Amino acid sequence: MKFVNNLIASKYFSFFVTVLLFMILYAVGIMTYKGFMRPQVFFNLFIDNAALIIVTVGVTFTLLIAGIDLSVGAVLALTCMMLAYLMENTGVSPALAVPAVLVVGTAFGAFQGYIITKFDLQPFIITLAGMFFCRGLTAVISRDTISISNPFYVGIASARIGVFGLGFVSVGAVVALLVLIVAAIVLGYTKLGRTIFAIGGNESSASLMGLPVFKTKVLVYTISGFCSALGGIAYSLIMLTGYNLHGLGMEMDAIASSVIGGTLLTGGVAFIPGTLFGVLIQGVILTFITFQGTLSAWWTKIVIGALLCVFIIMQAFITAHKSRLSSKSSLEQTTPKNGPANP
Amino acid sequence: MANVLLEMRQIDKIFPGVRALSKVDFTLRAGEIHSLMGENGAGKSTLVKVLTGVYGRDGGTILLDGKETTPRTTKEAQECGISTVYQEVNLCSNLTVAENIFIGRQPKKHGFIDWTTMNKRAAELLQRLSVRIDVTKTLDHYPVAVQQMIAIARAVDVSARILILDEPTSSLDEQETQKLFTIIRQLKKQGMGIIFISHFLDQVYELCDRITVLRNGKLIGAYDVDKLPKFELIAKMVGKSLSDVQDFEKREEKSQPSEEMFLEASHIGCTGSLVDMDVAIHKGEVIGFAGLLGSGRTETAELLFGIHEITHGAITVNGKKMHIKEPMAAMKQKIAFCPEDRKSSGIIEDLSVRENIILAMQAKDGMFRHIPYKEQVKITDDCIKLLNIKVSSREQLIRNLSGGNQQKVIIARWLATQPELLILDEPTRGIDVGTKSEIQKMAITLAKKRGMCVIFISSEMDEMVRTCTKLIVLRDRRKVAELENEDISSENVMRAIAGGEG
Ligand SMILES: Nc1ncnc2c1ncn2[C@@H]1O[C@H](COP(=O)(O)OP(=O)(O)OP(=O)(O)O)[C@@H](O)[C@H]1O
Ligand SMILES: [Mg+2]
Repeated sequence: MKFVNNLIASKYFSFFVTVLLFMILYAVGIMTYKGFMRPQVFFNLFIDNAALIIVTVGVTFTLLIAGIDLSVGAVLALTCMMLAYLMENTGVSPALAVPAVLVVGTAFGAFQGYIITKFDLQPFIITLAGMFFCRGLTAVISRDTISISNPFYVGIASARIGVFGLGFVSVGAVVALLVLIVAAIVLGYTKLGRTIFAIGGNESSASLMGLPVFKTKVLVYTISGFCSALGGIAYSLIMLTGYNLHGLGMEMDAIASSVIGGTLLTGGVAFIPGTLFGVLIQGVILTFITFQGTLSAWWTKIVIGALLCVFIIMQAFITAHKSRLSSKSSLEQTTPKNGPANP
Repeated sequence: MANVLLEMRQIDKIFPGVRALSKVDFTLRAGEIHSLMGENGAGKSTLVKVLTGVYGRDGGTILLDGKETTPRTTKEAQECGISTVYQEVNLCSNLTVAENIFIGRQPKKHGFIDWTTMNKRAAELLQRLSVRIDVTKTLDHYPVAVQQMIAIARAVDVSARILILDEPTSSLDEQETQKLFTIIRQLKKQGMGIIFISHFLDQVYELCDRITVLRNGKLIGAYDVDKLPKFELIAKMVGKSLSDVQDFEKREEKSQPSEEMFLEASHIGCTGSLVDMDVAIHKGEVIGFAGLLGSGRTETAELLFGIHEITHGAITVNGKKMHIKEPMAAMKQKIAFCPEDRKSSGIIEDLSVRENIILAMQAKDGMFRHIPYKEQVKITDDCIKLLNIKVSSREQLIRNLSGGNQQKVIIARWLATQPELLILDEPTRGIDVGTKSEIQKMAITLAKKRGMCVIFISSEMDEMVRTCTKLIVLRDRRKVAELENEDISSENVMRAIAGGEG
């Protein structure tokens, strides 16, 4: 019982559940479909979801400070479009176009963050406005799909990086992994990361403790902007097009993945490996559907919807359970030294 | 004369509707412990927050070491060597204990946070305050008193020259307070200047060298402790003559409980916390729960109010057997509970004083019964007058009240439900002397005039002895003695707590 209690109260309970669920789904897949076993199926999860992983990491940062960023999908689309336009219509080299779109995405995130923090506005509204703005801008650049044919870029897109001879991953997948690692280190081992957690826990406390709240909040949205742009690049490596409707609704997928991975919307709680598995679960379901062959891809949404619901309810239970546990442990705490008189 | 560390001159601070500070001077020398005194809402915390850059000021100058300085953020204040424990909890419950102590100045190795060193240093630091806890657990595992110690540990660790403690002892017990005092005295020897705010006069007299008195945002004066007798200090704080103040100490005659029983709890208990408690409360009785912190006083009250469900025993209210499973059931029986931990729970920050007071009434009557605005206003105004709550208007947001006045609003909220049994858990913590004796008198008056039962829980023996007609003494979560009428005295209670049964 004690073990179960500790497990539930553990910071990583959601994460365990998510990983367990992932493994069950995977095992069922292996048992049901021939070919599911191949390592490449697993690697494909990373290849196909590289962009979503990167974007989700950015969104997780904003959720950590009890904020939100709805503009990520639109920024991603804008990035793809700008890349395509720059390389195809103006002939700029990828070496210039890629840094340029990164700068634009980052600057846009910083701008949103500044507005939100400076005027103490609802991040929901500001980033919603940002989403409309970027989507609109994308369509203004071009209504039609622009295909990317720059040989160097296409080369990178089709590059295969071998993994111990078991299979291969794409450049985008490698970037996504790097982003995950950097994010985990930043959140766990730097002042910036811990300040982000503190702000999520209690913003006014954080500011009374003398932490740089303003700077950090702006930085969080900047990071999210950067991740959206980077996600956009990864997305364009898969699609090789710029298109107005790229990444439509991706912000919601990202938020859902993050929550399934254990992030609390009330801020202050998130775990980067959990975020990864949040994305991978969506990927596995999609793989299932691909293998099955007759179901529509929309089934992913149905399953994710149900999962999300279950996870939110589970989190509510955990929170309640925890507060019950801690009220009990606080009783234990105050037990006088000579111990309880009653056996 | 030791050198002056800090000089604040002619400080003005205006909030919408209130002049919180007007032309206040304050001087702090190196190696002195300086107390800021004043009633609730006098402007003590505001002065501190102006100094540490939480609020901007509307006039005046601040000199640190003779140089004019204006910290604009708490961070800048820290960089100037000012370390502060604010009145409100200022820690993050999602971070570990160690992190709460070190965040912002974490030890590093190769550019990354060195968790091992941090945990070790945090444990050592808390050890100095005699707090032995697992520093790798998150803060929300620990009760308020421990959290308070953690906040103090954070503040004393920095190499500050000025340490500000705004009501640090309000949730600490005697032992913890003494530990804190030892540390403060050490820091004083090292030449630190310390500002200490508290409503416990005894503590102030025990610890401090000088006292600055504020009243209604104005400076009354700065005095050496040994030249200012207690009564004069109180007179200066409340702005009354000496003879009026001496009346404070006069006892209100205690109430005479009737024979009629209101609530009887026999052999109640709850697995893991309380064992076999008997409580009998007559109408018109003021009954006290005495004991050390953690002795089970609060748990007993919580059982009666249904916050925890009883696992054995039975509760009878008005002769009928009751199963009180949840607070709402208790409220239906006209029981009201004003909790101890008002600092972090209880107030709804974004509602006005009036709405906060009406809250419990509304909950009791059901969400859909409309309480006419006029009635709300009347109840609110009555409470404001009765408890002497300092507000600019009844529509003021509660978050803009001073800490002590917020507490008064919570007490008012439960009074407004017109209960038959009012449970007051540490109602006078953090409340100024004048109001303290008002609250004690109020408890007695309510019992006498309205035949209300009052359960009074307090760590201050004095006030228990003064107000209660019956005292239940608890130790280790069981009842060890019950004292009545003439038997009630500090000595008897102490003896019971120490172990000599009865
Ligand atoms: N943020 C604010 N907005 C408006 N008024 C405020 C604000 N903070 C404090 N006040 C007002 O300023 C006055 C002084 O408050 P302050 O908190 O300094 O009192 P205090 O002396 O610390 O009292 P206590 O002993 O209750 O803590 C009070 O009347 C309070 O209502
Ligand atoms: Mg105060």
